[in-house]
Amino acid sequence: MTIELATLDGKAPQPSRAMESPLSIRGLTVSYGQKPAVFSVDMAVEAGKMTAIIGPNGAGKSTLLKAALGIVKPLSGQIQVFGAPLERQRARIAYVPQRASIDWDFPTRVIDVVLMGLYRQLGLLGRVRNTHRLRAKHCLERVGMADFAERQIGQLSGGQQQRVFLARALAQDADLYLLDEPFAGVDAATEKAIINVLKSLRAEGKTVVVVHHDLATVRDYFDNVFLINTSKVAEGPVDTCFTAETLQATYGGRLATAQVDQLAAALV
Amino acid sequence: MIRDALLLQLGYNASLVAVGATLLGIAAGATGTFLFLRKRALVSDAISHATLPGVCLAFILMVALGGDGRNLLGLLTGSAISAWIGLLCLGWLVRHTRLAEDAAIGAVLSVFFGFGIVLLTVIQTMGSGRQAGLESFLLGSTAGMLWSDAIVITLGGALTLALLLVLRRPMTLVAFDPEYAAARGLPVHRIDLAMMGLVMAVTVVGLKIVGLILIVALLIIPAVTARFWTERSDRVVLLAGLLGGMSGYAGAAISASAPNLPTGPIIVLVSFVLFAASLLLAPGRGVLAAVLRHLRFQKRVHLRQGLLALAQGHLIYEPLTLRLLKRAGLARPDGVATDQGRARAAKALRDERRWQMIRSDQDYEAAAALYDGLRDIETVLTPDQITELDRAIGGPKGVVA
Repeated sequence: MTIELATLDGKAPQPSRAMESPLSIRGLTVSYGQKPAVFSVDMAVEAGKMTAIIGPNGAGKSTLLKAALGIVKPLSGQIQVFGAPLERQRARIAYVPQRASIDWDFPTRVIDVVLMGLYRQLGLLGRVRNTHRLRAKHCLERVGMADFAERQIGQLSGGQQQRVFLARALAQDADLYLLDEPFAGVDAATEKAIINVLKSLRAEGKTVVVVHHDLATVRDYFDNVFLINTSKVAEGPVDTCFTAETLQATYGGRLATAQVDQLAAALV
Repeated sequence: MIRDALLLQLGYNASLVAVGATLLGIAAGATGTFLFLRKRALVSDAISHATLPGVCLAFILMVALGGDGRNLLGLLTGSAISAWIGLLCLGWLVRHTRLAEDAAIGAVLSVFFGFGIVLLTVIQTMGSGRQAGLESFLLGSTAGMLWSDAIVITLGGALTLALLLVLRRPMTLVAFDPEYAAARGLPVHRIDLAMMGLVMAVTVVGLKIVGLILIVALLIIPAVTARFWTERSDRVVLLAGLLGGMSGYAGAAISASAPNLPTGPIIVLVSFVLFAASLLLAPGRGVLAAVLRHLRFQKRVHLRQGLLALAQGHLIYEPLTLRLLKRAGLARPDGVATDQGRARAAKALRDERRWQMIRSDQDYEAAAALYDGLRDIETVLTPDQITELDRAIGGPKGVVA
């Protein structure tokens, strides 16, 4: 497998850096109670690529992501981000959580949510300046939501809310983007907007990891897949790892044979 | 009398109380907002009830050491310690057992309060000269408020506000999206503890004025009142502080204006009046505004349906529809359309036909999504697009659109 050096920003390539996986996980086990949600998983995300984490409901996809971010505590396992411990690399990771976990009646406007992405620049007492606002506006433009900046977030549709969350992640200007089901229950326009932004991030040399549920779009959207059902099933390029066999191994009886055949046919 | 009170002309004690209550109201309103935004309003009730055993034990200890049991700073320190223990118990119950937070709050609140009442009874039997008046901590008592008490409240309130200023961003982030906050590396648990610590500080400082039973009102009511008026969290905080301060000031003044009016409960009632007024009158989120919005919407629906019925020559049975059409000069009392009514009706029908066209056309997907039966098509499509639609539909039948 070759790793391309991303130099689109004009900076000199840094071979030592580029060789390091943006996210590498070893022997990760996370458990709620006595039943492991994720068991002994190894993962090495390829830099500058878009990777989909795929698996059935309750397979530990979101848990894997949350453990990688230190939101849930693992029972065992090591997590390295760009070759260093997670805590030292926080500023380089952006996270887009699931929409369902939010109270949308919270008194906050779209622009305020995006400004939360600038938390580190603002600090505890720093004032929100025009440069910050312009930056936030620019991020909203990238997801096609600039006209909604002053709206209360509850007034948006589900897809629009998802795009605002993506804008907040963009404001962080990170190197690694982790998204939890960004395409779940969104309209076609939103799906298009989100995938375009993710592809432009990849073009900038950023790494994107997405928990994804729609098997039909995997091939169009992603370079790599990571198939998981509590433990890892397969990991690698879509062409070689997103096959009828690996899908069957991941979903077992949960995916009808007809569906598998259909997907496999689409893969040829 | 109230005017004198409001102008701080009822003497030294009343002025002291008014200033103290105002500062307490500001601090409590602003602090409580974060609790409200974090959806943990009732935790403050557990905290406040958990102060009682600490007050009593501090009194017993100070007397046992030969001092004056009524030293306010000593009592407040005791109350803070036991409130903190109550908070830790609550946190432990929620994190390490299957108890939900509401049940844990109930358990901690009642046990600590029960224990405190037992201690209070013990103290009352301790020696007749030692009537400490500790029961005033239950509902507050401002009759004998001292200059030193006012100083304690002022310093406590100012310190709380300063800490709020520093912690406002992390606390807001944690309240809105705790997972994202954790992903950014914020110590969510410690930020929550800090918020609880601030609530505890306000509670302890407020024991003297409103007492432990009613302090929860001062923490929560200003926040929910402020929420009616704004959609921005920073403004909710400021407004809640303002409303809390106003309640404290007005409540203290009113209670000073007549004998035997308890300060704490009056402050709570004043803040309730502000709450009730906001609930009814606030634009946007208020009850009255919601009713008016609904009525206006209903009117639009009926007018539209009436016009479509006129256009298709249907009889209108709905009295409200008929009344609205008549009032707008679109129909005669017998339900027959006027000239203007016929024109508007034809236009409505044509618009409906246009909507049908664009809703079955993939190219108009975005525009079609806006269909709700009421929206004017001119706000969605350009004149050119409409002309093109009309060409597809066929020439106007008698009425120019």
